[in-house]
Amino acid sequence: MSTVALSKPSHMRNAQRFAKNVVTSREMAIVLVILAVIATATSLNQNFLFSSQGWRDLLLTPSILMVLAIGSAIVIVTRNVDLSVGSTLAITAYMTGRLFIDFPGIPIIGVILIGVAVGAGLGLINGLLVAFGKVPALVVTLGTMYIYRGVVLTWAGSDRINASDMPREFLNLGTMQIATIPLLTIAAVVVLIAAVYWLNSTRSGREMYAIGSNPEAATLYGLPSTKRIIVAFVIGGALAGLAGVMYAARYGTVSAGAGMTWELNAIGAAVIGGVAIFGGSGTVWGAALGAILLMTINRTLPIMGVPDFWQRAVVGALIIGAIVLDRYLAARQTRKLQEARDET
Amino acid sequence: MKRNIFSARAALTAAGMAAVLVLSACGGDENGNGNGDAEGDDLSITFIPKNLGNPYFDTSNTGGEDAVNEFGGEFSEVGPQEDTPDGQVQYINTAAQQGEDAIVISGSDPSAPCDALNEAREVGAAVVTFDSDTGPDCRDVFVNQADAQGIAQAQVDMVAEQIDGEGQIAILSASANATNQNQWIELMEEELDANHPDIELVEIAYGDDDDQRSFDQTAALLQTHSDLDAIVSPTTVGIAAAARYISDSDYAGEVLVTGLGTPNQMREYVEDGTVEAFALWNPEDLGYLAGWAAHAVATGEISGEEGDTFEAGRLGEYTVGEDGEILLGDPFVFDSENIDDFDF
Repeated sequence: MSTVALSKPSHMRNAQRFAKNVVTSREMAIVLVILAVIATATSLNQNFLFSSQGWRDLLLTPSILMVLAIGSAIVIVTRNVDLSVGSTLAITAYMTGRLFIDFPGIPIIGVILIGVAVGAGLGLINGLLVAFGKVPALVVTLGTMYIYRGVVLTWAGSDRINASDMPREFLNLGTMQIATIPLLTIAAVVVLIAAVYWLNSTRSGREMYAIGSNPEAATLYGLPSTKRIIVAFVIGGALAGLAGVMYAARYGTVSAGAGMTWELNAIGAAVIGGVAIFGGSGTVWGAALGAILLMTINRTLPIMGVPDFWQRAVVGALIIGAIVLDRYLAARQTRKLQEARDET
Repeated sequence: MKRNIFSARAALTAAGMAAVLVLSACGGDENGNGNGDAEGDDLSITFIPKNLGNPYFDTSNTGGEDAVNEFGGEFSEVGPQEDTPDGQVQYINTAAQQGEDAIVISGSDPSAPCDALNEAREVGAAVVTFDSDTGPDCRDVFVNQADAQGIAQAQVDMVAEQIDGEGQIAILSASANATNQNQWIELMEEELDANHPDIELVEIAYGDDDDQRSFDQTAALLQTHSDLDAIVSPTTVGIAAAARYISDSDYAGEVLVTGLGTPNQMREYVEDGTVEAFALWNPEDLGYLAGWAAHAVATGEISGEEGDTFEAGRLGEYTVGEDGEILLGDPFVFDSENIDDFDF
């Protein structure tokens, strides 16, 4: 039996094809929208881009959501979803403050590692429940979202972590810049590069897509679905844990309500970035761009004088627009492939 | 197993009751459990905060203890570990059974403790609420920390002093539909119009008591109004976020932040000069006044009718207002001179 390609082989050279892929990609569309938003805001107020403060905000503001969205994208690619990341962020953010209060002099790197480890642990609980309990991730993580939030509400009560509770060196990490690039942004980009490399260029990374694309086929083919899904949740949790530590450094104040509804922002960012909500397609750098777009729009609308209610409505319209675009592109792709099959 | 748990709980309960008995045995008074017939030096007064271990109530109870010591009564403090609607009921019942002369309570719920409080009043205990009122029909008097007029006035006074009576200010509030915030803002606008013609209120922004939104709104205010002199935030989340944002931005030292906050929250920013002064009531004075109010009701000096007057030690004379409310007075202003005296 010979294999027949369903679409015509490309005659372009590799470099050309790469250039074409980049220009026509979903991600490029988001980059253009982001640039348009920045251009609009800057034309209204040139401080938006051309002041050191504006430049820093532009890079710094999306960094925490970027990390969360990358984690969410990895989970969503496997045809799962993690609604508990906002609560996980709250636990690790509050814990960061508590560690500095209860163990004076604790090294900052230790706090970061503990935050990531605790986040990974909470993600592991989600992963085990989803993989072995055979319960839909939506239900499991909806449950753990409330449980984790309950934990931090009980722990923190009406108390909160204040800036003066944490060492100044740690708070400086939240605002520090290296060659005008904020440290938190560098951290987010490093996470992004690692995630892109893993999902694109390693066997286990590609298997994530296979599992999300067609779980039955992936299992029949012998892919370790259970293990991969657990890994996805552990990574999602670990990144939420890291985001919690970043949150504490950035805001300097942590109350029990920290990160409330951020899970929805993270999923929204991934969807806007072209990650299909039913798994199997999308890229983490799309999700990261989605996070940048969301946060940048949030900063732009008050400058444009858009009233409060409409600021949320714009975000909602973006998410719906992104999904409609996905459906349209997917339908067109299916039609094309069918036509190609009918011709052969 | 079950029996073990049961007996452990029983032991705990017994220990708790014994502790209460010992406490009240120390503070008990042999003859006087009727309103109006006890003298100051044999009054036993129980303070019931919303929960124990809360720095705010630790501070207010310190004030209460001072007052009780000044008139020579016996002070005791009991309360639940957690702030739940009905958690205080058992402590009220115990205090009533011990024949306490007065119960001073911050109601965890407007109605849940009511029946227990009324039973306590029937056996002769005076009931004083402070910080959070219950319904007016289940206490004798309520010691109110601040009224809207005083809060608005204090904030206008602070900002006017800090910018020398002229310039541009903006308000960063909680959500656009927060009733009390809107009432304060309205009164602040009236006060600015009436007495500070050279201060221009350029914008009212809403940060929704969310850190990132408050950051974004602060940034938008700073970028849109390049001549801004101060931001007034009548909400604890907003003031901390605005201070954090400004303290490490290019606007540090140029734009001042003031409003309502707690000393622990604002310590960092008072030290670095972003905040010169901010206001809140002084919980120690609040507890002190509540202690003296309990003395006045228990000795029959006042009955809780409008117009009754009584002496409250170092705070001077107070008059009971409508619905049995006693107003502590103007908010307390915290600055670099006095902030280290407070820990809440």
